[in-house]
Parts: sequence; C-alpha cells; structure tokens
Amino acid sequence: MPNSKAEVLQGTLDLLVLKTLDAMGPIHGFGIALRIQQVSDDLLQINQGTLYPALLRLEQRGWISSKWGISENNRKAKFYSLTRSGRKQLGEEAEEWSRMSAMINRVLKTS
Amino acid sequence: MRELLQTFFSRLTSVFRRRHHDDDLTAEMNSHLQMAVDLNMRKGMSAEDARRQALISFGGIENVKELYRDQRGLPMLETTLQDIRFGFRMLRRSPGFSLLAILCLTVAIGANAAVFSWLEGILFRPFPAVAHQERMVALAGTARGVPGFTDISWPDFLDYEKNSRLIESFIVDRITGTTLSIGDRAERATGSIVSANYFEALGVHPILGRGFLPEENFGRNAHPVTVISYRTWKDRYGGDPAIIGREQYLNGVQHTIVGVAPEGFDGTFVGYAFQFWVPLSMQETFNTPYKLEDRGARWIEGFAILKPGVSRQQAQQEISALAQQLENTYPATNRGSGVKLMPLWETPFNQANTLLPTLEIALVVVIFVLLIACANVSNLLLVRSFARRQEMTIRLAIGAGRGRLLRQLLTEGLILSSFAAAGGLLFARWFRNALVLFFPPLPSGIIINLPGKLDWRVLALSAGVCIFSTLLFALFPAIQASKIDLATALKSESGGVVGGSRRARFRSTLVLIQVALSFVLLVGTVLLMKSAQGIENANPGFSTDGVLTSSVDLFAAGYDKVRAKNFRDQLIDRVQGLPGIQSAAFSRWLPFSYVGYLSSPVSVIGYVPAPDENPEVEFNAVSPEYFSTVGIALLSGREFTGVDDEKSVPVAIVNDTMAAKFWPGRNPVGDHFKAKDQSLLVVGVAKNSKYGTIRENPEPFYYIALRQNVSVNGALYLRTSLSAAAIAPALAREIRAIDPGLAPMETITMRQQIDRRSYTQKLAVTLLGVFGGMALLLAAIGLYSVMSYAVSQSKRELGLRMALGAEASDLLRLVMSQGLTLTAIGIILGAIASLALTSLIGNLLFSVSPRDPLAFAMAFAVMAAVSLAATFLPAWRASRTDPVRALRE
Repeated sequence: MPNSKAEVLQGTLDLLVLKTLDAMGPIHGFGIALRIQQVSDDLLQINQGTLYPALLRLEQRGWISSKWGISENNRKAKFYSLTRSGRKQLGEEAEEWSRMSAMINRVLKTS
Repeated sequence: MRELLQTFFSRLTSVFRRRHHDDDLTAEMNSHLQMAVDLNMRKGMSAEDARRQALISFGGIENVKELYRDQRGLPMLETTLQDIRFGFRMLRRSPGFSLLAILCLTVAIGANAAVFSWLEGILFRPFPAVAHQERMVALAGTARGVPGFTDISWPDFLDYEKNSRLIESFIVDRITGTTLSIGDRAERATGSIVSANYFEALGVHPILGRGFLPEENFGRNAHPVTVISYRTWKDRYGGDPAIIGREQYLNGVQHTIVGVAPEGFDGTFVGYAFQFWVPLSMQETFNTPYKLEDRGARWIEGFAILKPGVSRQQAQQEISALAQQLENTYPATNRGSGVKLMPLWETPFNQANTLLPTLEIALVVVIFVLLIACANVSNLLLVRSFARRQEMTIRLAIGAGRGRLLRQLLTEGLILSSFAAAGGLLFARWFRNALVLFFPPLPSGIIINLPGKLDWRVLALSAGVCIFSTLLFALFPAIQASKIDLATALKSESGGVVGGSRRARFRSTLVLIQVALSFVLLVGTVLLMKSAQGIENANPGFSTDGVLTSSVDLFAAGYDKVRAKNFRDQLIDRVQGLPGIQSAAFSRWLPFSYVGYLSSPVSVIGYVPAPDENPEVEFNAVSPEYFSTVGIALLSGREFTGVDDEKSVPVAIVNDTMAAKFWPGRNPVGDHFKAKDQSLLVVGVAKNSKYGTIRENPEPFYYIALRQNVSVNGALYLRTSLSAAAIAPALAREIRAIDPGLAPMETITMRQQIDRRSYTQKLAVTLLGVFGGMALLLAAIGLYSVMSYAVSQSKRELGLRMALGAEASDLLRLVMSQGLTLTAIGIILGAIASLALTSLIGNLLFSVSPRDPLAFAMAFAVMAAVSLAATFLPAWRASRTDPVRALRE
C-alpha cells in the first residue's frame, strides 16, 4: 500500500460516515464508500466491507437509521440517514476532532 | 448511559433474530457488490474484471460477516446459549446418569432447605406473626453463683417496667395448662398467663373481639377473661361467629371469651402451639399459689421489646443497674438476683435452646449429604468428560481455546445443578412435611409448632449452596478435561488398566470422601441411637414399668382444697381395693413434666452458706406410701403416714444429696430445717432419683407431706402388674362413683412419662437416622457408579486377561478387591474424622462415650455390607466379560 494513502482509524470512520450522511442525506453503503473516496481524492483507502460493522455500530447507538429502498439504478439497497441525536453527535465529534488536530499541530510545530 | 443501554438492547434482540439479520446482511452486501459491478462496467471494464475489482475493493466477505456478527449480537451470550443447548444434548444422551445425579442433588437440596428453614425460624424469626421480633429478647431471672436460670417476680417486673428507659415494652408469658372440656369432649390445652399488653406489644390484632385491657393485670382473680387461638376457635368451637362473650370453664373458673387471635399466631413459645391466653390477674387460678404481691415468688418468664436502635448490651446494662438497686432496696428477697436479656434463640424457658443443638447437628449432617450428592455429580461429569475425550481432542485440534472448553463443561455442571435446585425447591415443602412424618409421635395435648417458613431467603440460600457446590465439584473434571495433551490423546487409548489414570484417581478420591463422610454420619447415628437406648434403659431412680400414673383435673371441676383432700382419701381407699393394685399414692407434681417444681429458700442450723449463696431447694408434696408406690428407696427414717396431717408436726423427707450437703457426715433424721417460714422435721432420707430429666445432675431435693400442704390438683400413682389399658376403665368407674362429673386423664406408665420429656432427643435421633440413611444410599450409588464405569472402560483388559486364562472368579476378585480397597481407605479416613467430630454431639449423648467402640464397629459393619453390595454387581458383570467380543471392540 502506498504511503500517501492512509488507513482509516475506527473512530475516524464513524465521524466520516456521519459527516457523509449529513452532507448527502439518505444514502446506501456503496454510496457512502464512493463519497468518502471521492472527497478525500482517493487518498483515504477503506476496505468497503468494513463500512458495514461501522454502520451497524452507529445504528445501535441510535445515531443513524436505515431502511430498504430503491437506488438510482433501480437496485434494491439499504438507505442510511442521520437521526437527530446523530446530528448532535456529529457536531460534538467534529468539534472534538478540530480541537484534537489543532492541539497535535501545535505540538508538532513547537517541537 | 442511554446509548449503552440502547446498544445493549439492540444487541440482545439480535441474539434472538439471528437468521433474519444474517439474510438482511447478505442482501445488503449483494446489493453493494452489484452496484460496484455496475459502476465498473460503466467505466468500461469487462463483466469479469468489474466483478473482480468490486470484490477486491470490498475486502473479505466472510471476514466482514464475522466482524458484523460480533458487532451485532452479544458474543458471550451467544456462546453461552450454545453451551447450554449443547449441554442439554449431552444430558439427554445419558438420561439414566443425568437423572440419577439430579435426583441425588434434589434430595440433598430438599433436606437442606428443610433444615435451613427450621434453623432460620428458630434463630431469626421464630414468631412470624409478631411485628418487631428483631427487637424482641427473652427475659430470664438469674441467681448469683447458681448456674442456669430462674424466673422473675411480679413486683420486680413492675419496677423494671417503670424504670427502664431503653425498653419499649415488657411482656409476661408464662406457660400453663388446663383441661378444655366443650360438650362431652375434654382435652388438655396449653396456654399462657400473659401481661395485659401482650397482644398490643406484639402487634398481634385479634380477628374477633379484643386483646386484654390494662386493668386486667390487677386484682386477685378479678378478670376471668380469655383470648383463644384461631386453631382452637376452628377446631373446638367449630368457628362459631358468635364466640365473643361465650362462657368457658377454665381451671374451675368461669371465663368469658373476649377475643380470637389471628390465624398463624400460636403464641410465643418455640416448640408448642398455645391454645388460650389469660391475663396476669388470673395467676392464682393457673399457677397456684397466689404470687402477685410476693417479691420473693419468682415465676414470670417473658420477653422485652427494645426501643429502636437500642442494643441488647445497652439494655442489659440498664437492667443490671436496676437489679442492683432492687437488691439494695429489698435485700431479703433480692439478694443475688438479676435478670438476663437473651437473644430469642437462647430462650431458656422454651424449646428453642433444646432444639437448636439438634438442628445444628442436622445442619452439619445435611451439608454432608449435599457434599456426597455433589461428589456423585462430579463423578458423573468425569464419566462424561472421559467418554468425550475424542470430541474434546478434535475441538482442541481445530483451534478451540481451553477456556472455551472449560466454560462448556462448567455450563453442563450448572445445568445439572440448576435442574436439581429447581427440583429441590419445588419439593422442599413436600420434603419438609415428609420429614415431619418421620418425627416420633407427640405426647397428647401438645401441638408441635416448629417455626420456619420456606420463604425466599431459605430458598435462595439453598439454591445458592447447591449451585456453588456443584460448580466447585464440576471445576476439577473440567480442568482435567481441558488439559488434554493433544499428542498422546490423538493416538487412541481406549481401555487402560482398572483404576489406572489420573482421572480414575480423582474419581477414587471422590468415592473415598463419600465413604468417609457417610461413615462419620453412621457413627453419629449409632451413637445417638445408643444414647436414646441408654435413656430408655437408664434408671431414673424410681420404677418405670410397674407404675401407672393418671390425674383428675379437680381444679377445672371447681374443687377447693378440702373437697380435693376428701376426694383423694376416698379414691385411694377405692383403688386399693381393686384387684391387681398393690398400692396407690398422690403427689403434687408429676416427675418429668414440663411444669417445674416450686423451690424454697432453706436454712439449716450448722450449715453456713457461701457469702453470695442463697440456697434454694426444689420440693414436691407427696402422700403416704408415695415412696413404696413409685419405688424410691428410703436410706433411713420412714415414709409419710396417715398420722402426718394438719394436726401434727410438719415433716419432710430429704434426698441423699441434700442430706450430704446440709448435714455433712450426719444423719439428718430427727433434725429440723427451715423452708421459707416453715420449720420442718426430717423424718427420712430418700435415695436420689431423677426429677425433671434423665440427664440432670443430682441436686438437693426434699418432700413435704401432701396432707399437711394440701393442693387441689395432684398426680395419682398406681403400683400394679396390670396394663394401663386394663386399669383405666376400672379407675374411671371408681372416680365416677365418687363424683359423676369427673373423668380421669389418660393413664400411662411412668416410662411413657419419661419418654415424653425426651422428645427432642428422639427428634435428633430421627433426623440423623433419616439423613444418615440418605447419605449412605448416595454413597452407595457413588461407589456403584465408579466401579461399574471402571469395569466398562477396561473391558479390553478384562477380555485380554480372560483370553490369557484368567477364570471368572479371578476377575470377580480383581474388581471386588479394587472396590473394597477404596472402601477400606474411606472407612479409615471416616474413622479418624469421627474421632475428631463426634465429641461435638457429646452434650446430646447419654451414657455413651462419643468414641464408643461398639458404635464404630456397627458403622463399620453397615458400611462394609453396603460397599460389598455396591461393588458386587459391577464385579459380577466383569466376570462375565466375553473375551472375543471385548477384544474385537
């Protein structure tokens, strides 16, 4: 695997999924995978399969909900959407993330 | 927190909707791949390439499924459910063994629950209907320098009540009895003289009528009212709804029934259920002579209810200080006397303190029984794990963790014990009732009342003990099984030598424990049986079989002393004329009855009591010819005769011990002593006899002449060679001839009278006998299963031996010797343990040493016989091994 492509940490994946759902509205798993790859300019490489346990985890926590529907290409697919508490969670996690990266940046610059 | 809960429930529901979720996931993944293929093809890939690329981007499908599943459900729960399902399958595969093990445990748990419930009842909650029994303590009088307990006088009692700050209420509860005749049915009834606050202080509210009123404490015989028990109301008055206000003769006085106690309230006396209560002012009627104003007359037994938050020690300090004040104020009556507050289970004046040691022993015994049953279960699990060696090996070989195997085996143990616990609890009530059936028959007029309910506490404790102990016993087989060494195990190794491997050694150890434990129980049982026999054969100091006793309740018939004396004179004349009667006599109190003798302070010229000693001696009042009728020898002097009446000098006969104590080295005959205020002339010295129980120590005792100290009631004695059944009708006829309104109580031998008093002793023997038998049976099952399993596992070896020329008898001997060696070692261990343990029941034993060699020999014989039987069957089967078939298998 090329060095420039980063593997996704678990917690980060959650954040990415939540953000994607926030931006895209209801969308199926394949769409989420594509979107993450596109937005990161193919720099983030995920095993698309690992998306599913993550989706399940988020659903179990009540942050997203799912229901079966029909895709743009007439395929039966499960569509995920952000719940209200998911939106709140996204806000918190995004903020946490910014704080964290700002802090790491500071540390990297000073040393 | 909410998220955690939400996650947990979502996971929990998935456990039970597994298939649905699996299908869902597959569909979703398929749709994902399909869309990826579509996209790739639109990018211009070939169908094949598009599919390959889609799969690569997706990652391992099975891997994802696995991750998904772990995320979805509760993996711990799922494997546990799997273990349970599997465990059930294994149990079903050997139903016989499973059933046996469960049955053994069920019996053991049932026994445990029964004994726990009695112990809990007596220790913690003897009076379920009482509101604050946790704050209730027993009140007993003490006399300085004298071991044991006395009672409390009413004036003292009132002073304590008035001055105590830490005690909420004082309750008088003094057992008494009467003849309850309703219509033409007359029966002995047990009741109690209680203080007027009794029902209120206990928080017991009569379901009909009222309790007692405060003024009913006072005035000599001023308030002839009674509250009856629910049981009496139902059984004797047919549940009459108009019972309140009804008149009833009790001890010759017409009483008004003012209340009916609620159902389930049997009074506050561990052991007996009370049928009626009367207020304190009626003391003289039920507990003559009149004592309410006499500070020196100690007769009150009772309870105190502490104020909330007050400890028994604090209250005791206060009471002791008050007792000291009373002693200073009234030195004449209160020298050295005090009051002790005791926890209910040590109550000296009811059966609690006699039942407790019995139940403690029963507890040890049922725990032994449980251990033996658990050893059987452990055995069963070992058998199972051995038979499943192959399966375990394969599971280990394809990568199962040892922890996983361990858990599987423990789960199986748990299933077994849960079944047994459930069974034991279901049967506990029934089992308890069945045990009561084994109890020796009760003396008439007494309703036994063993407190204790099978409530959740008892059931939880029993279930807990069961599950804990099975797990403990399941652990070793499980560890053993999970320790399989793959390399050697995969080389099949069916059929070792009889009793070879380490596993076999563990099983043998279990059998050793079982044999040893049962041996201990057997020794205990034999000792108690011998002791019961000892009591049976003990010489109480009077004749037991040639003497019958009966009585007429003159009190209940309203007689006064003069009429009673005339009645007795006439009756003696009449019965002495009956054929087969050698002599007849009366006494005030019947030996070996629950009601104790009175005692008097005595002083003898020439005897100087120790500084704090206040010598009190118990006495009985007896008629002429008492000693010759009852069969007590006189060492010197004479019996009372008809001459000793109210016109002549008051006389007394002292016993051996009293003579030795107060007249050391002298013959007291002809000397005087003072009993309370009366001067008595000693006319004889009687040999010691037993007065209250067989096991009592010789104490000073004296007799006064009944004709000089007339009482209304008394016991009749007849010396005869005829049976009670033959005498009773004639006796009834003679009594009716004097007064047609009178009927005698049951006629019994003095032997029966003694037996009635040693009831708890018999109870202990019965309980130990039943449990000991149980233990023996369980141990036999254990031995049998070990031996037959050993035989079935070494078929090949046995076949080989046979093929090489061993005779059937050789094989029989081989297997038998195996089993009997185990037994022998077990017995030796058991004997060592018994030597250490049996001294614990020393205080229940009479005339038997806890190390009685005969008891050990008998236990040995029984154990040996049982193990012979248990080993013979497997051995016989071994001797019939068909070598051809055994070697081919």
